[in-house]
Amino acid sequence: MKTISLEIDGQHVQAAEGSSILIAARLNGIYIPTLCYHPRTRQAGKCRMCVVEVKGLPGLQVSCSIQAQDGMAVLTKTEKIIETRKMIVELYLSNGSHNCMSCEAAGKCELQDAAYHLGIEKSVFPVLKKDMPFDVSCPMIIRDMNKCIQCYRCITGCNNIVVNEVLDMGFRGSKMTVVCDTNKPMGKSSCVVCGECVQLCPTGALTEKKTIGRARAWETVRTRTTCPYCGVGCQMYLHVKDNEIIRVTGVEGTEPNYGTLCIKGRFGYDFVHSPERLKTPMLRKNGVLEEASWDEALDYTAARLTDIKQKHGPDSIVGIGCARSTNESNYVMMKFMRAAIGTNNVDHCART
Amino acid sequence: MAGLASTLGAGAMTNSIREIEDVPVIFVIGSNTTESHPVISYSMKRAVKKGSRLIVADPRKIDLTRWAARHFQHRVGSDIALLNAVMYEIIRNEWHDRAFIDDHTEGFEYLKETVSKYTPEYASGICGLSADEIRELASILGTADKVGLYYTLGITEHTTGTDNVRTCANLQMLLGHIGIENAGVNPLRGQNNVQGACDMGVLPDVFTGYQKTSDPGTREKFEKVWGVEKLPGTEGAKIPAMFDGINHGDIKALYLIGENVVMSEPNQAHTVKSLENVEFLIVQDIFMNETAEYADVILPAACYAEIEGTFTNTERRVQRVRRAVTPPGMARDDWWITGEIAKRMGFIMEYNSSEQIWNEIRSLSPSMAGITYARIEQQGIQWPCPDTDHTGTCYLYCDNVFPCGKARFQPAEWKPAAEVPDEEYPFVLTTGRRLWHYHTGTQTRRSAGFIDIFPEELIEVNPEDAQKLNINNGEYITAVSRRGKVTVKSWVTSRVMPGVCFMTFHFSEACANVLTNNAFDPVTGTAEYKACAIRLEKSNSASEPEKQRVHRENK
Ligand code: SF4
Ligand code: SF4
Repeated sequence: MKTISLEIDGQHVQAAEGSSILIAARLNGIYIPTLCYHPRTRQAGKCRMCVVEVKGLPGLQVSCSIQAQDGMAVLTKTEKIIETRKMIVELYLSNGSHNCMSCEAAGKCELQDAAYHLGIEKSVFPVLKKDMPFDVSCPMIIRDMNKCIQCYRCITGCNNIVVNEVLDMGFRGSKMTVVCDTNKPMGKSSCVVCGECVQLCPTGALTEKKTIGRARAWETVRTRTTCPYCGVGCQMYLHVKDNEIIRVTGVEGTEPNYGTLCIKGRFGYDFVHSPERLKTPMLRKNGVLEEASWDEALDYTAARLTDIKQKHGPDSIVGIGCARSTNESNYVMMKFMRAAIGTNNVDHCART
Repeated sequence: MAGLASTLGAGAMTNSIREIEDVPVIFVIGSNTTESHPVISYSMKRAVKKGSRLIVADPRKIDLTRWAARHFQHRVGSDIALLNAVMYEIIRNEWHDRAFIDDHTEGFEYLKETVSKYTPEYASGICGLSADEIRELASILGTADKVGLYYTLGITEHTTGTDNVRTCANLQMLLGHIGIENAGVNPLRGQNNVQGACDMGVLPDVFTGYQKTSDPGTREKFEKVWGVEKLPGTEGAKIPAMFDGINHGDIKALYLIGENVVMSEPNQAHTVKSLENVEFLIVQDIFMNETAEYADVILPAACYAEIEGTFTNTERRVQRVRRAVTPPGMARDDWWITGEIAKRMGFIMEYNSSEQIWNEIRSLSPSMAGITYARIEQQGIQWPCPDTDHTGTCYLYCDNVFPCGKARFQPAEWKPAAEVPDEEYPFVLTTGRRLWHYHTGTQTRRSAGFIDIFPEELIEVNPEDAQKLNINNGEYITAVSRRGKVTVKSWVTSRVMPGVCFMTFHFSEACANVLTNNAFDPVTGTAEYKACAIRLEKSNSASEPEKQRVHRENK
């Protein structure tokens, strides 16, 4: 791919031909705030937060929608630009109910970040308070449309990325809001609860129900891993606080899932912390299962297997492995059966 | 997977998930993709948005048909008849890829001969589609630039599963749609690491990377590294033979890791009998489940969020699993537990980390030799990957190099399911999964919210049948097979065709595997979950249709 050179805020930078000014800036570590832009939903041209000045072009330009050109000179922080951005953010803040106090998105909200970077305490405009009831009909997702900034990311995601075709913009003017199907509660709609819209939402309008009140965004540590459910092997982050998983998100920008997940991968994590998990080895004594130490259980198991092997030969022992366990554990299990027991009687659940 | 291994050489998805978006004709047969592999269905649906044609052949009107250009609703278990007729038409119209067939395959004449009797008219009588519909399908596939074929358990879980798979491979070989990008034969694997368990040799006849135990040279290699004098060469028992062996008294001990066989194996009564009969049962699992109730020893295992290691996904990609939380109580890594038992039996296999184990696997498995933990830190690598400079393999058989020299046509005759409906048991029961739950429900039923969405099992019954039997939507009915009976709530829906019912094995209260038939594919030992005969009876339990949020009908 051809690279071009341009100047952003007096800094010489390089970019791939065809990339937008926004991408060129971001890849070179220059922050241009955005609200509606997301790498997967691409430019929406809705929020106008990313305005810049380009030498030779009149007025302000929307940097997510304009291609960077060789030799271009771009300014991203002039007074005019800052004033415009402030006004945009203040307009957003005056429309709806952007109360950050106990918002689940605090700390990862892109509107909050923009306000912070621009030093806005509260809107200079009178607040047009919306009073839309929360939609809590879905067991996994809460919708607070008072915090929606109409960036269209969730709509694009639902229709063009996961193609579940549930969300759309409904109503007009000040009543404009995102609707499920024909304005049904989410839990009664055709939504398949994949959570893509939650992952894409820049504010606290869409949040995970099970996470409410469990942790502020900055209190969690995330670990990247692979989904434990189907064979797609989606890449995901487990967000952990105090040794408990409190949220799961898809890893952006990598195969095989590029950030998307399904209901099981995104919301099916709390079985890990179920009080019903087996915590101690158990041995059957006089017909009942009783708790035992590892040494007791392992010694007993080894002794019984050795005895059976001696009396009836290695082929009287069989092993069934686990299609949910790791490669390493499966390997050790098959090595155990073949080398320690001495049989090829090893198989796993054939449900492919 | 034996079907693919014997025709093409490797039992795995030939192509990658990433390629799906650019497949011109996506042919999905026997896969309820939106529910079983949701993220793959997103790719298929995006492809449709970009102009691909999605063709679905499935006995049920699954959700994916909403996005399909055509849905061919053939009868349960008639796949071979349908596909043989499609191949008959392709050959008759000379749509097959002569050059590919001549240069890279063997057995074409044999295929031609086998399919010669499968005229569309003949197959129509078996599969229930009209001869014209079959011709239409043949023309869509036969004249397409490229076809990517995707299947799941709808193909494999039959007594003819291996033949079904071979037939899918035959079709793609006939069209020359193998060994190229955006095409291929692609089994979508149901569980997170079923591909890995196969790759690791948790099978009665192979070591890691499908290296045969019957080959003395291979055995010698493993004997050396493992430090044992002699490894067994004869093929071991598959699961059905294990259970039979227990009941015959030949098999005395069963070491069961993480499989809730009471729920997941067909014919529950038969499984339970084996578990009762076995002299010594070791269950290693994360929950006290229906199977663990029968154990002599229970060993508590750590789960995916608590361990380091790798899983291999359905496109052969080895990816990292990482520890995010500590295991509860005394639960430990599966490999640690197995290693400790070995040690106490006098066989030392001590490892300090999963990476150390992986490096041993690499050293013994040429197809994975180049995949190191360091290399898959950010993104997994697809085997074959022979050395650390190799970037992995997106699609198999590039340049038409097949492991067995040439790809082999293995034509098959259609055979009916082991159990077909009759007067006493007039319905076909087919089984599968739902989006809202997973496997035997041990995980999803213990995660908040899932039960609110889908609280109990439903049996899908066609409206015509419901009317005849006077069954109301939401009414509890009893489903009876030769092996058992369950009481289950009805869902009257045209998702299934008349004469067919559908259930899952997610709920112990109403588990389809009480009913299913323990008849198996002779090659793979996979059970016929997809077809058995049942009858429906009115039940006395009160109906409460309100509690259920019924999954939407097709829009
Ligand atoms: S959860 Fe998924 S299907 Fe439901 S509205 Fe959001 S993106 Fe659409
Ligand atoms: S998130 Fe869903 S589609 Fe992805 S691996 Fe997990 S279960 Fe499969």
